[in-house]
Amino acid sequence: MPDQLLFGMEVFLNGLMAGVLYALVALGFVLIYKASGIFNYAQGVMALFAALTLVGIMEGQVPFSHLINAVFGTEVHHFGWHLPAVVGIVLTIVVMVGLAWAVNHLIMRHLVNQEPIILFMATIGLAYFMEGLGDLMWGADIKKLDVGLPQGINTAIDEVTFNAFGYGFFIDNLDIWATIIAIILVIALMIFSQYTKQGRALRAVADDHQAALSVGISLNFIWVLVWSIAGFVALVAGIMWGAKSGVQFSLSLIALKALPVLMLGGFTSIPGAIVGGLIIGVGEKLFEFAIGPMVGGATENWFAYVLALIFLVFRPQGLFGEKIIERV
Amino acid sequence: MFYREAGDFKTSYVDDNQTFPIKFDRYRYYAVLAVAFGVVPFFINDYWANAVLLPFLIYAIAAIGLNILVGYCGQVSLGTGGFMAVGAYATYKLMTAFPDINIFFHIILAGGVTAIVGVLFGLPSLRIKGFYLAVATLAAQFFLVWLFNRVPWFYNYSASGQINAPERTVFGQAVTGPATEAWATYLFCLVFTVGCAILARNLTRGTVGRKWMSIRDMDIAAEIIGVNPLTAKMTAFAVSSFFIGIAGALFFAVYLGAVEVGEVYGINKSFLVLFMIIIGGLGSIFGSFAGAAFLVLLPVLLKNLLVGTMGWPTDLAAHFELMIVGALIIVFLIAEPHGLAQLWRVTKEKLRLWPFPH
Repeated sequence: MPDQLLFGMEVFLNGLMAGVLYALVALGFVLIYKASGIFNYAQGVMALFAALTLVGIMEGQVPFSHLINAVFGTEVHHFGWHLPAVVGIVLTIVVMVGLAWAVNHLIMRHLVNQEPIILFMATIGLAYFMEGLGDLMWGADIKKLDVGLPQGINTAIDEVTFNAFGYGFFIDNLDIWATIIAIILVIALMIFSQYTKQGRALRAVADDHQAALSVGISLNFIWVLVWSIAGFVALVAGIMWGAKSGVQFSLSLIALKALPVLMLGGFTSIPGAIVGGLIIGVGEKLFEFAIGPMVGGATENWFAYVLALIFLVFRPQGLFGEKIIERV
Repeated sequence: MFYREAGDFKTSYVDDNQTFPIKFDRYRYYAVLAVAFGVVPFFINDYWANAVLLPFLIYAIAAIGLNILVGYCGQVSLGTGGFMAVGAYATYKLMTAFPDINIFFHIILAGGVTAIVGVLFGLPSLRIKGFYLAVATLAAQFFLVWLFNRVPWFYNYSASGQINAPERTVFGQAVTGPATEAWATYLFCLVFTVGCAILARNLTRGTVGRKWMSIRDMDIAAEIIGVNPLTAKMTAFAVSSFFIGIAGALFFAVYLGAVEVGEVYGINKSFLVLFMIIIGGLGSIFGSFAGAAFLVLLPVLLKNLLVGTMGWPTDLAAHFELMIVGALIIVFLIAEPHGLAQLWRVTKEKLRLWPFPH
């Protein structure tokens, strides 16, 4: 086989893996949007915040140490413990649930019945707030996150492909694990929403707020639940991306990666988020591989958006979105 | 007592249609203009010009531009940073290609170039609405910034990839380049700001503005009563981008002097201008000014308070600033979704009845 084709296949596989990670972030958006009609821009910052909290708890950092030191002139930094990853993850989930409760009770409850765009702006405000809060609590330096996932080249795939084509594909173990975890997460979410009481209530709320309210579903509870689930998805995404490239500010920019995925797949569709993620992941990697060198590289920054834009012109509701019906 | 129309008789249509029908408003407007043109230039120094006045004037233009698109026409755009970059690079190319022409015209032309680019990226708005459009405009943001970063023609093949404003003069007084005086740059920006504000105010209360607002309120109904959505949306994109382009051009040429596109015109700039019009008030020219003033002053005040008075480290103050800006946006959206402009409107209504509210 010609080299270019082999390279292309490798890029394609890596694109699929990246696409799964995009889909993971997009999933958090879709969950909140379906249940409450809020387009949550803060999802990316939530991933950053979750990852920061996880690292902070595992390393035993004192929250707000920087601030405390500046105000009181003390020198506290660490509690001096190192927790195992599982404990850290459980504690972080508790923090994210608390955050979900706070977001719902302090912000979203007061904005019921506002226009969607106002809600969107509120989540941008929330994103700024949490970005500042995360840095203030845990410090702005780049942190290493290691929860024990294997990293580095997968030798099995390398060998198999080397024997088959005479060229070993480079595929990161971390990406494979991320894909597996993402698939498990999606299946778990589907089972949750199809077969549990809360899941059904969630879908009822997504369908019609007022009707759900009238059959006795507590909207407040559902919203806290849905923000908690989104927080959990954000934590998973934060762990994956954090393990890949360190926990730092740029982690919050994955929200910007997930937006075109959403547009392509449709804001209201979970399968859409996954298929959209895969299309974007593969598309931008292949484009960068094939066209990138001709135009100066770094096309990943905009390719997804332009692709989604062109796509939307032909299908304004996205791939799997509900058909937009306009009535006067 | 003093703020009311009683006794202020209008005897002609011209009088009746003027921008500020209430006498007090009109005099206030003249007074502000007189102070801005006649008093401030004599007292201005470098710190005030660079920290407060220039950014305020320039952001006010950008905020007016975005307000036309978002507040008046209802098309949410997150591409402001990219369009400002178009203005900046257009000015740079014009300045270096035609050094003999006055920079004033370069900046106007740069606005025109931005308007064309804006219309191009606005075309999908005919098919795409709401959130989908907001996200679609991000395509403009990322694509344009990438373009200016990667295509050397735009930065004249300079080694650093930056663009630097050469010295240009207006009436013999340098307004760009390293050797400018505070009052000259201030007046130069002020002329643009006042011109843009008057233009915007009169556009929005005329036929075009009414068409925009009808599209914003309900596009299908507007179509039925005979508003052409194509022309209405495209004019909104064009006018909005024109203003934003001028703001970007001034930001580069007069305020910063040297620009690295990813840093200065990144997505944060888009959000900043969007916040200005939310906090100031959507669909209000005054709101654009108020929002710009608020968000320019807030960091300066916070920095003076936290770093200057309380002696905190600057990075800590920066984190606090983020939190406060974020919290303020949420508080504003909850307490007063129509922004500072609405507060001002309420105050005016109260003033009209004062001191006998019943």
